[in-house]
Amino acid sequence: MSGSAVLLQFLNGLAGASSLFLVAAGLSLIFGVSRIVNFAHGSLYMLGMYLAVSLSGTLGFWLSVPLAAALVAAAGLVIETTLLRRIYKAPELLQLLATFALVLIIRDAALWAWGPEDRLGPRAPGLAGAVAIAGRQFPQYDLLLICLGPAVFIALYLLLSRTRWGTRVRAASQDREMAAALGVNERRLFTAVFALGALLAGFGGASAIPREPASLQIDLAVMSDAFVVVVVGGLGSIPGAFLAALLIGEVKAFCIGLGYSELTLAIEFIVMAVVLVFRPWGLLGRPLAETRGPGTLQPPLPAPSFLLLGGLAVLLAIVPVFAGPYTIVLLTDILVFALFAASLHLLMGPGGMPSFGHAAYFGLGAYTAGLLLLRAHLPMELSLALAPLAAALGALVFGWFCVQLSGVYLAMLTLAFAQIAWSVAFQWDRLTGGSNGLIGVWPAPWLSSKQAYYYLTLVLCLGAVALLWRLIDSPFGYALRAGRDSPLRAAAIGIDVRAQQWAAFGIAGLFAGVAGALYAFSKGSISPETLSVPRSVDGLVMVLLGGVQTLSGPLWGAALFTWLEDSLSRGVEYWRAAIGAVILVLVIAFPRGIFK
Amino acid sequence: MSALEVRGLSKAYGGVQAVRDVSFSVDAGEVVALIGPNGAGKTTCFNLLNGQLRPDSGEIALAGRSVVGLRPHQVWRLGVGRTFQVTATFSSMTVRENVQVALLSHHRKLFSLGKPAGRFQVEEADALLARVGMQQQAARPCAVLAYGDLKRVELAVALANRPRLLLMDEPTAGMASDERQALMQLAAALARSERIAVLFTEHDMEVVFNFASRIIVLHGGEVIAAGAPDEVRANPRVREVYLGNA
Repeated sequence: MSGSAVLLQFLNGLAGASSLFLVAAGLSLIFGVSRIVNFAHGSLYMLGMYLAVSLSGTLGFWLSVPLAAALVAAAGLVIETTLLRRIYKAPELLQLLATFALVLIIRDAALWAWGPEDRLGPRAPGLAGAVAIAGRQFPQYDLLLICLGPAVFIALYLLLSRTRWGTRVRAASQDREMAAALGVNERRLFTAVFALGALLAGFGGASAIPREPASLQIDLAVMSDAFVVVVVGGLGSIPGAFLAALLIGEVKAFCIGLGYSELTLAIEFIVMAVVLVFRPWGLLGRPLAETRGPGTLQPPLPAPSFLLLGGLAVLLAIVPVFAGPYTIVLLTDILVFALFAASLHLLMGPGGMPSFGHAAYFGLGAYTAGLLLLRAHLPMELSLALAPLAAALGALVFGWFCVQLSGVYLAMLTLAFAQIAWSVAFQWDRLTGGSNGLIGVWPAPWLSSKQAYYYLTLVLCLGAVALLWRLIDSPFGYALRAGRDSPLRAAAIGIDVRAQQWAAFGIAGLFAGVAGALYAFSKGSISPETLSVPRSVDGLVMVLLGGVQTLSGPLWGAALFTWLEDSLSRGVEYWRAAIGAVILVLVIAFPRGIFK
Repeated sequence: MSALEVRGLSKAYGGVQAVRDVSFSVDAGEVVALIGPNGAGKTTCFNLLNGQLRPDSGEIALAGRSVVGLRPHQVWRLGVGRTFQVTATFSSMTVRENVQVALLSHHRKLFSLGKPAGRFQVEEADALLARVGMQQQAARPCAVLAYGDLKRVELAVALANRPRLLLMDEPTAGMASDERQALMQLAAALARSERIAVLFTEHDMEVVFNFASRIIVLHGGEVIAAGAPDEVRANPRVREVYLGNA
């Protein structure tokens, strides 16, 4: 790469960093005052893009950008006053889930309004050309974007440090109770900060339309980028977000510039990993105070009714005698997702780790099984047996970083990892088949009938769940729970809490991999959907639906959810949004914890 | 050789010197009180001793072995039990299970996937609970216990790996007066019979002067007096700090 090419990539990186910074700054601001990680922040960015593309048709580009940003801010206002305001005191997990429900709803709303095709934005009139820099052409508009990031940074800095309102925001970020006691009107402050965060996200999206088309996938892509930025920069730190946005923006630009666009996410992951190893709370962040308390009150874990479950197993074993093929396929799906949910429950329940990226290990199992069969030409049985090991290995690699953190940091990191895994599957055409995925992943001849495969799934899933339950009841499971109940006490009796959690990650990944591999052979094909973030959230909903504090709850939750999804997806066009709406209604109706 | 030997221990938070050049030692079988007004640096001292905090400078040795830089779970393996100012127990488990988890750790079974944890070392757990008078409540969930009972569970848990040093941070806070005496009597008896070195912080001066064989007084992060109870009681500097006059 010549000197001038390096300079150009550097400038390209700066332009990308500006958009990233706008999203990450909003995310950080909102988290600072409300302690809510807004998973829908990428969706607001996407909304800004679509609105700007639409508006620019009639109003022209320059008017459409501020107007789109203002509309997104208004949407933020509505979201805060109708939804978030009701759940500020709800458990963290429910808050995250509620904002994720918004992701589903906003995506389907965009699909309804703008259709599934990417929408190209206009060029910026007056800045549509290119300038010559070091003998190469560089888009004029990107120069403006480069200035936008620092300009917004300075404006935010002045707003927070030089105005009374900014002082209130900073006071609320540092000590919410004290700020309230001193007469800061929390309600209005929260609303205003959320609207400001939404404005920034909408502005970031709208101003990016000359560079990239608006698409439905951009929400999660931007969100996971923003998560990486705030994790690297330090949650709640605006300068940290700025610094990290520059770092990540440059990393992306150089990967793409050098022709390794597939590696972008892997490199991003490595940057994040290095930062986390040396500064677990990010470059300029500070640790969350509450992570070292004497512990939270946790209910006991009652043993499931083995009589009921035994009866159910017998029933499941005789179903194929009288059920049609449709029911058998649905039951196979239910069994697979019951195991998936049970493996996630190990992390969420006894482990106390809210994973928003469990589908990564499910997908890793599925893809490994498919690749071993199709590319390595291994027998199906061997592929099925080896695939979970790959999932466990992946879980150990990702988990090592995750267990350095806790609470929302951990949730964000798991989600970012899952998005990275999804992107690899989506982008690495030669290996994974890209967006088309893999086809022809069929089981061995003796398993080719739906019945035979159902019995295989039944035996493996019930066996795996039984193993998981035994594990939760074993000394390992107790030590894991001890670390969740009171990290302080656990460490004071010789338990290396992170080591227990790390092992739990590997085990949960292994069992998710079993579920994923079974899923792959039951469908005959694998698509990137298999490990997408919405699939991870499906798992969360299953576990919460059934009850995270019980052993058998996740199984019932998985059965109910899988059946519901199956019925909805055939009857309702926008069924993802429908699921999102159901989640929201439940969270709002029972803000103190839904499914106890 | 002392069970615990502390030399020149210092720790600052930002600009605040929480602990400054603190030196003392505790022998096996000895019950030593660490006292001082609020903010004197007692809890910081404890957190340094069991590895929750890393000292800026100074040396901490358990029976001659340095523990500076070790994490809490490693310090515990060297024989340091601890109770907390605000009790920390496993609220999803029963009283017996709390002790069993500590025993599992002691026997290095934390990664065992074998038989259910609830069937592990039941008798040993109950014997420990009997020593603190909690055997009747062994099957009750920890979440429903009275505060004084939780303190006793913590003590049983801390004894599970036969510690050489027992750190008790305000062991009797939140207990009724006769309960306080009983708990400290128990700790003192254990110290004598098992040759455990006991270091405790306490606000109740009656407890301190009844049970401590030696007293170390912290003020502003520094040791201002140390010695037998009568010496400390007579020390003018201590009187000044506690009573506000010389």
